[in-house]
Amino acid sequence: MTLRMEARRATGYRRDRLWRAAMVHRLSGLLLAMFLPLHFLALGLAIEGEGKLQGFLAWADQPLVKLAEVVLVALLAVHLVGGVRLLVIENLAWRDNQKALATGALVAAVVIALAFLFIQLR
Amino acid sequence: MTLRLYIVQRATAMLMLPLILGHLVIIFYASAKGVSAADILGRTAGSVGWAVYYGAFVLLTAAHGAIGLRTIAMEWGRLSQRAADALMWGTGLLLLALGLRAVAAVVAPGSLA
Repeated sequence: MTLRMEARRATGYRRDRLWRAAMVHRLSGLLLAMFLPLHFLALGLAIEGEGKLQGFLAWADQPLVKLAEVVLVALLAVHLVGGVRLLVIENLAWRDNQKALATGALVAAVVIALAFLFIQLR
Repeated sequence: MTLRLYIVQRATAMLMLPLILGHLVIIFYASAKGVSAADILGRTAGSVGWAVYYGAFVLLTAAHGAIGLRTIAMEWGRLSQRAADALMWGTGLLLLALGLRAVAAVVAPGSLA
């Protein structure tokens, strides 16, 4: 067996849809946790008055920030539906179609993210 | 993850579900309409209801995020349980402090002006 074939076999589980669903859930959670302090600091500007917060909102009204907001909503949506998927697996009766559930969760997240993108592009 | 942390992680997730859905509705509404700081603070300033909503949201998010980071730190960062626990408490308390400060800011804007 060649080295490449061996490596492929050793990491073959990564092609599994449920492994990918778990990885997406973990990475989206990690990125959201990294964003949270910035979110809180931005809102915290209002503690010095409305003007400070308005200054931030005026700065945020630019294409790149709006695009970043779409990414954040996508992360929140995918972590939300991924979490619901986990709660369904763990708390409801076992189902055989776990991969379909993961795909359904992803589709729901994409729909939410695309709807928000549409709003941002208007 | 210990059993207790596992239960807290799942409980915070369940409790946050309606809060996140509400948050998404507000985000969509605000982006569609385009809101100013006056609009945001007009809704939240002096409101006990929004203070409770966002206060609970911050508490649940801080706990959920900190426990998640602990798991990642142990599995990917190979941190010892002791170090991962310290990371969990540190990030959890930091998120809680920053979050509650943000809640105070929108409920009582200008209080430190």
